[in-house]
Amino acid sequence: MIEFLIEPLTYEFMRTALATAVVVGLTASTLSVFVVLRGWSLLGDAISHSVLPGLAFSAAFNLPLTLGGAVAGVVASLLVALVESRSRVRNDTAIGIVLTGAFALGLVIISRIRPTVDVFHILFGNVLGVSPQDLLLTAALGFVVILLISLFMKEIIAFTFDPLFTYVVGLPTNLIHYSLMIMMSLTIIAALQTVGIVLVISLLVAPGATAQLFARTLGQMLLVSLTVGVFSSVAGLYLSYYFAVSSGGAIALTATLVFFSAMMLKRR
Amino acid sequence: MEAVKAEGLTVVYGRLKALDEVSFTIPSGSMTAVIGPNGSGKSTLLKTLIGLVKPAAGSFKVLGSTIDKMRGKVAYVPQREEVYWEYPLTVWDVVALGRIKAVGPLRPVRKGDRVVSQSLERAGIESLQSRRLSELSGGQQQRIFLARAMAQEADLYLMDEPLTGIDAEAEDRLLDILSDLRKEGKTIVMTTHDLSSTLELFDNVLVLKNRLIAFGRPEEALKTENLVQAYGSERVAMHLSDVRRVAGWR
Repeated sequence: MIEFLIEPLTYEFMRTALATAVVVGLTASTLSVFVVLRGWSLLGDAISHSVLPGLAFSAAFNLPLTLGGAVAGVVASLLVALVESRSRVRNDTAIGIVLTGAFALGLVIISRIRPTVDVFHILFGNVLGVSPQDLLLTAALGFVVILLISLFMKEIIAFTFDPLFTYVVGLPTNLIHYSLMIMMSLTIIAALQTVGIVLVISLLVAPGATAQLFARTLGQMLLVSLTVGVFSSVAGLYLSYYFAVSSGGAIALTATLVFFSAMMLKRR
Repeated sequence: MEAVKAEGLTVVYGRLKALDEVSFTIPSGSMTAVIGPNGSGKSTLLKTLIGLVKPAAGSFKVLGSTIDKMRGKVAYVPQREEVYWEYPLTVWDVVALGRIKAVGPLRPVRKGDRVVSQSLERAGIESLQSRRLSELSGGQQQRIFLARAMAQEADLYLMDEPLTGIDAEAEDRLLDILSDLRKEGKTIVMTTHDLSSTLELFDNVLVLKNRLIAFGRPEEALKTENLVQAYGSERVAMHLSDVRRVAGWR
């Protein structure tokens, strides 16, 4: 068993991949708690798909990928809000329109200006190709997200529990809302190489959802979510190594299986 | 002093006039019930007063100033259906949220915070403080949000349908707490579709049907002609036995 776990780590690329997977698991599962409690799973999906045109645009003009991705994520959440308020459509419809539109725009930009870029890796991750610089960027993004959440924990709790209350007491509701959108975008970019932008939503939803099945307090929920997030990332990575399958697929699948197992366990 | 002063308040949703030139003045230290049928603009009125819905015409002041200056001094208690009760918070956690502005950013609300414990005590829920939200009865849920408003140290309490779906005993407890707040000079405005004898406990009743039908002491505001204008004659007949109990109404 020990050998089973240690053997892959004799390779440098696996050590880097493991470290990246742990960081991504920690970051995504912290945010996951609030994504699930606020009912933002679909919105998260829209943001993750919308990061694509931002990344493509940045790549085309040699801008930092993080900046392009973050801006695109916020623009997407603004667009969803705009479509919702300016027409009679409901939230899920607005999300469906923005999600596909943004994703299509991303593909069009990529196909036109960077035909060499491997779209498959952006969409579904390629954790085995993570360079030490990539790991550093992922760690920095993860650190920023987790730091912001811990510093403003009570404001984030207040907002995700009762946004109208935060508005009434005079807290900057829009600032909190869009900071959370930026944090989601940064997490998605951090997870780009581990699970890719299509599968990242599994790490933003499944850990929090699993935690909600068991946790009685928010502290417990964070703890369970973190455990599930890190476990899924690491277990998925090992699976992808031993079975030579897509790392993003293996991680997302593990997270999903953890949720279903937990649900069955809970029902008994 | 006036707690709320509205002049020609008009709110439009698309082609629908939710509020149509509504004017009234609510004095400080009073309790007002806002009644009217579904869709008569009751909730819209509260949402306008907290600044969430912008009036198309007219103006209002709360606590003698604009809502933007008085934010924090006005508390809003939402309808129970609007709250996600599965959120894993304890009663203490929710009441402590009322202190969020006073404590300021980057600091947690201390476990021994006096304002929080006093608010819990006054709402009669200190024994429930480590309970989860989802484990509470309707009346208890309502009192938690009232306690959060007290922890906020608000002067004006706007409550959306707090009496809906709670039993008579819970209603009495809630109204007792509200009378205590009124004695301290706090102002309470609540919407209700409960046309029962509880209305006599209020200083004023505001009858709304998108426009203002009546505003005044319960026995005046609840006159038959006002109720017929708001509800139509059938509904009034249905509630007649209840309404008859309101003091002074014939």
